[in-house]
Amino acid sequence: MVVPQPVKSVSPHPMIEMRHVHKWFGEFHVLRDINLTVNQGQKVVVCGPSGSGKSTMIRCINRLEEHQDGQIFVDGIELTNDVKNIEAIRREVGMVFQQFNLFPHLTVLENLTLAPIWVRKVPKKEAEETAMYFLERVHIPEQAHKYPGQLSGGQQQRVAIARSLCMRPKIMLFDEPTSALDPEMIKEVLDVMIELAQDGMTMIVVTHEMGFARTVADSIVFMDRGEIVESAPPQEFFAHPKTDRARLFLSQILGH
Amino acid sequence: MSDTQSHYTSPTFAGPKAGQPGRSFADIPPVKWARANLFNSWLNTALTLLLIYFIVKYAIDLVSWGLINAVWEVPGNDTRACRDIRGIGACWALINEKFRFIMFATYPYEEHWRPALVIVIFLALYVVSAMRRFWNRKLIAIWLLGLVAIGVLMWGGVFGLRYVGQERWGGLPITLILSTFGIAIAFPLSILLALGRRSDMPAIRVMCVTYIELIRGVPLVSLLFMASVMFPLFLPEGVTVDKLLRAQVAIIMFAAAYLAEVVRGGLQAIPKGQYEAADALGLSYWQKTVFIILPQALRLVIPPLVNTFIGLFKDTSLVLIIGIFDLLNAAKTSVNEPAWRGFGVEAYIFVAIFYFVFCFGMSKYSQDLEVELSRHRKR
Repeated sequence: MVVPQPVKSVSPHPMIEMRHVHKWFGEFHVLRDINLTVNQGQKVVVCGPSGSGKSTMIRCINRLEEHQDGQIFVDGIELTNDVKNIEAIRREVGMVFQQFNLFPHLTVLENLTLAPIWVRKVPKKEAEETAMYFLERVHIPEQAHKYPGQLSGGQQQRVAIARSLCMRPKIMLFDEPTSALDPEMIKEVLDVMIELAQDGMTMIVVTHEMGFARTVADSIVFMDRGEIVESAPPQEFFAHPKTDRARLFLSQILGH
Repeated sequence: MSDTQSHYTSPTFAGPKAGQPGRSFADIPPVKWARANLFNSWLNTALTLLLIYFIVKYAIDLVSWGLINAVWEVPGNDTRACRDIRGIGACWALINEKFRFIMFATYPYEEHWRPALVIVIFLALYVVSAMRRFWNRKLIAIWLLGLVAIGVLMWGGVFGLRYVGQERWGGLPITLILSTFGIAIAFPLSILLALGRRSDMPAIRVMCVTYIELIRGVPLVSLLFMASVMFPLFLPEGVTVDKLLRAQVAIIMFAAAYLAEVVRGGLQAIPKGQYEAADALGLSYWQKTVFIILPQALRLVIPPLVNTFIGLFKDTSLVLIIGIFDLLNAAKTSVNEPAWRGFGVEAYIFVAIFYFVFCFGMSKYSQDLEVELSRHRKR
């Protein structure tokens, strides 16, 4: 049961369900009939050439982008223009960005506690304890009182992961989390993500790190030109890609 | 000239910064510095000597006019001593004589302690507001308290204080009232206008754009005229709004439009990722704006903000055209009396010192604040 389910076979508890989702940027049809189901605890790696709509797709899941047609359900709640639904969904969905997007004017600890205190209404002391717990999980508790600008890229990205986790999300979205990092820092971030995956977090990861995909993913979703072209478990996808487009992509990314 | 200094600058510093004439004296002995920068060629030596001559000459003139030959006191309003030395010595006796008028204008003489105390309250409010440890809810309470105290002192009519109508207020308190409340109210208003101009809601956006462009498009003088002359025409018979209040509103409206564009500049400088990160964490619009966007946007625009504040402080002197006796108008009026006519320079120098002290204070404080608030950028 690791393959993203076709819509018709309704799984017991889908965390994310996208049904016939379309999106346009002006005239440009960025997402074409996206159908994707992600069950609890499932790890999905999304790959594909740049401009294929991977980022746009996961950004639709927490409404950073608005879809124009079709339906998206997150933990049973439908994403509509209703602000209440959007806020409810955003509380359950954590997101890690390519550019970290930490708040530079706040210390690491303040970055981690702001949303729990104001959105989740957690008491400050408890929020700080949670923050320290997650900083330890990402192996940088000693940086708690520094500002983001004082940390390396890899450390910043780990803080960003911890910041999302402090909201106790049910789902984590990763939008090319290692693409802006120097090569020597990629591993420290991937290690944290692997640990998170082993803990059973539901994850959707847009990445070009195929090693990570092999280790962690339950299924690989290959996108091209706004469509989901293929989705398969990693062994199958890497060994026997079904489409020419996937074969071409894999040869470009793996075959040097 | 900088290319001629290489004989003392080490050749490794051959870049454009190599021989900045202003390099600190600590590095180079003064004599050597002067020789290298001021007397390194015929032309430079001549220019240096010429400038020294003028500087010394005018410094001597200024000191002898302002201090040595100055008249400090004229008994019994007899200004003949002053007239005798006109052009040779300053008549500081004017300030001596008219000090209270310039400071408080037509406020009843025996009640002058009240506006004097108001000035002290204003200064105390500035000092408290400048200290970061008061940057919390307490500050609002302190300001409200200050506001009440200022109102009670200026108007009176309670606690056995004699009632003094607004038409008799004047001098420095007026300047401080107009500029302080001008800034204090216009600034939050400008933030709302700037946010509104970037709003997703078309109605709000159009309203804010219209307001900003309309108000910014007319001179403050014309707004003051409208507030003073036209506005009362629209009021029903018998209803009057005080002239000072009308001027205050005009100043607030004007300043808000200007400040809004400064704030908007700061908002535009914030990367999209900051908005997205805040959204993704589930922060509401106002939480995002208050905790994430504004703290970053406002500290980016401290220099232009303070620039506008300083401009506004001095612009309050325009109220003289609608007959309000602010500090500058009081100084101007103080030399109207025949005995003192012609001593405007002394009066203007005196008030210029006040304007300078307040404006320089703002400027200096903002520089410190910038350093303080940009700690997070230090590695």
